[in-house]
Amino acid sequence: MLLGIVRRIVSMAVTLFGVAVVIFVVLRLLPGNAVTASLGVSSGLLTHAQLAALNHFYGVGEPAVQQFFSWLGSTLTGNLGISLASREPVSTLVGAALPITLELALASMVLGILIGVGFGMIGALHPGRWQDDVGQGVSVVGLAIPSFVIGTGLVTFLSSVFHYFPASQGYVSLLQNPWLNIQQIFFPALTLSLGIGAAIMNTTRAAMLEVSGLNFARTARGKGVSTRVLVWRHLFLNALVPVVTMSGIQLGYLLGGTVIVEQIFVLPGLGRLLVTSINNRDFPVVQTITLIFATGFVVVNMLVDVLYTIIDPRTRR
Amino acid sequence: MSAAELSIRGLRVGIAHRHGVDEIVRGVDLEVASGEKLGVVGESGSGKTLTMLSVLQLLPSPLAVLGGQVLLDGEDLMHADERRLRAVRGGEVAMVYQDPMSSLNPLLRVGTQIVEALRAHGVPVEAARARTREVLGQVGLPQPERIESSFPHELSGGMLQRVMIAMALSTSPKVLIADEPTTALDVTIQQQILDLVSALQAETSMAVIWVTHDLGVVARLVDRVAVMYAGRVVEQAPTRKLFARPTHPYTAALLASLPGPEIGHRKPLHQIGGTPPDPAHLSPGCPFRARCPYAIGRCAVEEPGLIDRGSGSVAACWREPELWES
Repeated sequence: MLLGIVRRIVSMAVTLFGVAVVIFVVLRLLPGNAVTASLGVSSGLLTHAQLAALNHFYGVGEPAVQQFFSWLGSTLTGNLGISLASREPVSTLVGAALPITLELALASMVLGILIGVGFGMIGALHPGRWQDDVGQGVSVVGLAIPSFVIGTGLVTFLSSVFHYFPASQGYVSLLQNPWLNIQQIFFPALTLSLGIGAAIMNTTRAAMLEVSGLNFARTARGKGVSTRVLVWRHLFLNALVPVVTMSGIQLGYLLGGTVIVEQIFVLPGLGRLLVTSINNRDFPVVQTITLIFATGFVVVNMLVDVLYTIIDPRTRR
Repeated sequence: MSAAELSIRGLRVGIAHRHGVDEIVRGVDLEVASGEKLGVVGESGSGKTLTMLSVLQLLPSPLAVLGGQVLLDGEDLMHADERRLRAVRGGEVAMVYQDPMSSLNPLLRVGTQIVEALRAHGVPVEAARARTREVLGQVGLPQPERIESSFPHELSGGMLQRVMIAMALSTSPKVLIADEPTTALDVTIQQQILDLVSALQAETSMAVIWVTHDLGVVARLVDRVAVMYAGRVVEQAPTRKLFARPTHPYTAALLASLPGPEIGHRKPLHQIGGTPPDPAHLSPGCPFRARCPYAIGRCAVEEPGLIDRGSGSVAACWREPELWES
């Protein structure tokens, strides 16, 4: 068990190192460097001495390997660098944006699981009946309409018909004004959760239907257990492995989805910061946010693995 | 015969679809009295398992009961509501299924699953735990405490089958239906289980239906045998009578295919030629006639019903049993 945990953490570290390399290389392949990014067109007016001094200051022209390890080293020691665009420490910028994205991702995930498992279970328990059709309808809508369409539609509809646009007052945190915060997060979360919910719904429904045809389900029924025990302890518990897998995959995609939805709903989260920073060639910020998304993905995958071993004793080894 | 504990009357099982029905069990009558052991014998596909699953209405869709009655102490279970059915399932009628490996929930401990069966019939938690340990010991599992906290994948097929039997016996049912319960077990364990069931039955006057294709088990355990073929009972007789003087050519052929005990001058085993027909697509006449050495013209035209052969046995055959007595 302990060995398993150690092995997981090591493999996580290896994955993240790989991600760091890829991020670093991709960003160096973009045209421009730290000097042009911070000064823009006016960098052409620099004298040779000024340019040399700035290049030295930013470490431009140093061997790539040395640049990489100096970045990695300072990142690991908590120094994320200074934003080239705003001159603020990256940790400050990211620190302000991260909780918003986390809240959005969590809220979307919870809503998505509620929608997905809820409709999936109802559909599987009444296959071919109207309850199933409602679920299938929601699923088709959720899968077929991309989140940016749902999002813009929702914003347009709410603001033009109800004159309701909670983001207009500027983002407030859950601690400052819980009620306004919930309103600000709910609609973007709903937008993201439809796609997630649809995927989880299909998985739940299929897994439930498959499991109810298995022999142990018949044994449970033959013991005379109540419908509640049959459905939750026997069927749902066994359907949970694919549902957890699908939820993990969706949570991974979700991090990407927040980029779009934060733009639409004007939430100052990581996704929005990322887009701005890419436009500004603000390397330190882009590197950090990409690394955070990658870490999120890896951590979610590990949690899914841990959940497997909790659910299924056959995977405990 | 005393009043039947469980009686199946005219049971028909099949798949109903737009163009009609495919009948797989075509009118089966079976009875078992309390304290009696009935054996149901037949090849795979003869409808024995479907008949048994129908008793507790556990047929997998699209299979369904098309007609007939299942009477438990005179109460028709086909018209029982869900609540009553739940009380009967695992309570008054318990079942042991084929394939123990897949018949237990892989994610729950074995003990939990037996406790659950008891809890479903109103046994308090503590009593259910104690009873679980007791029955696990009764079916000859060593270290019941260890078995109880094992997951199904940690036990062998034979152990799981005994767990299934323990689970069925835990609620002291009035009727035990065992569907090929000893197929996965080796001969010594098999004998243990048979002895256990016999002993329990002597104590509790439970009625037992033992479904098997193993005539050896039948000979050792049951009082009466029903032979099924192509979705019907073709012969029913007291065990001793059936083995001594089979009154249906199919039974006679089954018995001839048993290996004898004699060592040394072994005679070659008899084999029944051909394959059993698909009960859903039968041509008129006796379904066994294509494989029957005694078939006559009438067999191709008219399917025989069960005909009384005297001394408690019936058989569905037009011909005289003297023909195959050698």
